[in-house]
Amino acid sequence: MAEDGYNFAYLDEQTKRMIRRAILKAVAIPGYQVPFGSREMPLPFGWGTGGIQVTASIIGPDDTLKVIDQGADDTVNAVSIRKFFARTAGVATTEQTEAATIVQTRHRIPETPLGAGQILVYQVPIPEPLRWLEPREAETRKMHALEEYGVMHVRLYEDIARFGHIATSYDYPVRVNGRYLMRPSPIPKFDNPKMDRSPALQLFGAGREKRIYAIPPHTQVRSLDFDDHPFEVQKWADVCAVCGSGESFLDEIVTDDRGGRMFVCSDTDYCARRREAGHTGPATRDAETGGA
Amino acid sequence: MMQEAPPLLSARGVTKFYEGIPGCRDVSFEVWPGEVLGIVGESGSGKTTVLNCISARLEPTSGTVEYATRHDGPADIYRMSEPARRLLMRTDWGFVHQNPREGLRMGVSAGANIGERLMAVGARHYGNIRQAANDWLDKVEMDTGRMDDLPITFSGGMQQRLQIARNLVTAPRIVFMDEPTGNLDVSVQARLLDLLRGLVTDLGLAAVIVTHDLAVARLLSHRLLVMRRGKVVESGLTDQVLDDPQHPYSQLLVSSVIHP
Amino acid sequence: MTAAIRIEGLAKSFTLHNQGGVRLSVLDGFDLAVEAGECVALHGPSGIGKSTVLRCIYANYRADRGRILVRHRDGTVDMAAAHPREILAVRRETVGHVSQFLRVIPRVAAEDVVAETLRGRGADPEAATKAARRMLQRLNIPAELHRLAPATFSGGEQQRVNLARVFVADYPVLLLDEPTASLDRENRDVVLKLIREAAGRGAAIAGIFHDSEVRDAVATRTVPLIAAREAA
Repeated sequence: MAEDGYNFAYLDEQTKRMIRRAILKAVAIPGYQVPFGSREMPLPFGWGTGGIQVTASIIGPDDTLKVIDQGADDTVNAVSIRKFFARTAGVATTEQTEAATIVQTRHRIPETPLGAGQILVYQVPIPEPLRWLEPREAETRKMHALEEYGVMHVRLYEDIARFGHIATSYDYPVRVNGRYLMRPSPIPKFDNPKMDRSPALQLFGAGREKRIYAIPPHTQVRSLDFDDHPFEVQKWADVCAVCGSGESFLDEIVTDDRGGRMFVCSDTDYCARRREAGHTGPATRDAETGGA
Repeated sequence: MMQEAPPLLSARGVTKFYEGIPGCRDVSFEVWPGEVLGIVGESGSGKTTVLNCISARLEPTSGTVEYATRHDGPADIYRMSEPARRLLMRTDWGFVHQNPREGLRMGVSAGANIGERLMAVGARHYGNIRQAANDWLDKVEMDTGRMDDLPITFSGGMQQRLQIARNLVTAPRIVFMDEPTGNLDVSVQARLLDLLRGLVTDLGLAAVIVTHDLAVARLLSHRLLVMRRGKVVESGLTDQVLDDPQHPYSQLLVSSVIHP
Repeated sequence: MTAAIRIEGLAKSFTLHNQGGVRLSVLDGFDLAVEAGECVALHGPSGIGKSTVLRCIYANYRADRGRILVRHRDGTVDMAAAHPREILAVRRETVGHVSQFLRVIPRVAAEDVVAETLRGRGADPEAATKAARRMLQRLNIPAELHRLAPATFSGGEQQRVNLARVFVADYPVLLLDEPTASLDRENRDVVLKLIREAAGRGAAIAGIFHDSEVRDAVATRTVPLIAAREAA
């Protein structure tokens, strides 16, 4: 049950209506940044206020919410936001990707493929992909309007010139539906292919910058690249030390001060469910055989 | 008698007022393909205002500027669509600033500075872009080994060369230059002038060069406009204007030059 | 057949606006015709306007009145009235002018200065440079100087570079303003030979030769200039 003294999901209904209008416009123009009247929230800008406002505007009493931060359900930010909605909306929460109707995320897309009817809400720090080379908002809007996106490749060119390959590894720019250039928020480029033609609705909220944008279901999302340096995702020589997965995004964990380290899944739900299904990784196998 | 190609650029009655104060008044001239036009005059005479007006950077209060586009013939640059104008500015035109910081992206390498215009018109092959950047560094007599260095590490003369290469990579037909050698040492200036003259001749470029330096005007331009208080007081062949100036102001200007 | 150069009623004065508006009348009603193969020497005391005539033909000075017809391509161009681009075409293809001073970009090599004449006429750069070197050699500019900028040369050497940049091309009309002024005897003879060769291939030449020996050697005709009346 929701606590007394709050409107359902914290925001007042007029604000939700305003944000829903922005979301509808964003869905109608995939990748286009729609300005909206971002509200003060009971936590600072930069802590996911954009995502929270989007979630608050679309969530209903029957929804089930999952919140992740860097793929994990149990970090401070994820726990706080989950609790926030549990208290102000009284909705059910879950850690299971497929059980959620809404997944709010910071910096990752779940490994478990999303399906039709699910909504992924991204927390976005800086929405404007052209900002690094053009500080004037009026000018970046004009560049979007006229599709003057060639300069974006300058950055990728610099990567190759400096490192021999495109070294940008997160917040990797994409073209949505062959039209708007978009920042996917600081997700690893490993996750970029998951955005392409996803059956789920993807919504992006930037609270401080007051922008909302969207990728409707089944929309083409292409990562920028060069003909002779095609887009590639990260690969690891290791598998997850815990569940043995060779297909997920791995975090490196330093285990001691003598250079010891291991790689584990960044998506905690995915990793735990694989363990439940009986998968093991190098670390868990060692522990079991060591104990036997 | 001569085969008449149409002028590349025609300015007619170009007038610009800044809050009621005239920047330039009733300036008319034409630039033909392959021709270098110099605009001279002292500071505040309106020469940079004219340059900005004819290069789509500053809409005149009255008058027209027509450019002979490659496909659609002469077009008023302030009446064409904004996308068309912006495309023109970054492909068919070049603009070389006095201060290279205004014309270069200081945060990215020399190669990226040259490649940017190519990428802006759709080049998506890294190797080819790099090759073009390499060729252009070579053409402006820069060390190709410094392609990945930031412009900030180059000398003023080298930055100016880089700015020129960055503009010429899309094979423009006309380049606007605002005091291109203004910030350089005399010795560096001479080499740059030689380079510019060679490029203009070899590529058949048209150029409009604003300068207060009559020696620069003499060496680079075929024709000259002398401006004073926003008006063109004299125009003609460069050596005619400099060796046989008619207007009192031109005579004063020419006689004020100190010959070493 | 029309003359290569025909001047009719040329008037030229200078108004010095910054020196009290003094008006100096130099030429008034001057006529001249030069046929192909002729070498006409303009003669008269200093300041009478000999150089002014040559400069008016080259359109370096603007005529006040009169016509200056130069045979160019298949027709004639009035250099006193032609459009700047026409004048440039005439200078490129038809009229070569050896002035008394060499004016070039500092730091450009002598051979490039000379080759530019041919490159401007559309010659292949390599062939142009070769021809330039040959002409410099002929004017006794040693090969080791070819790659150097003429600004560092002596007066005589500079004058020879100046001559080379004109004689390297076969101009149908040549205007020579004291071409041998600062040359020694040996180089003077080279220039005399070049002038005679040019006349021999049919060039129309108008020149100012201060040195009577030179004048006698090349001029087919001498035209005396008389002072125009000084106007108030």
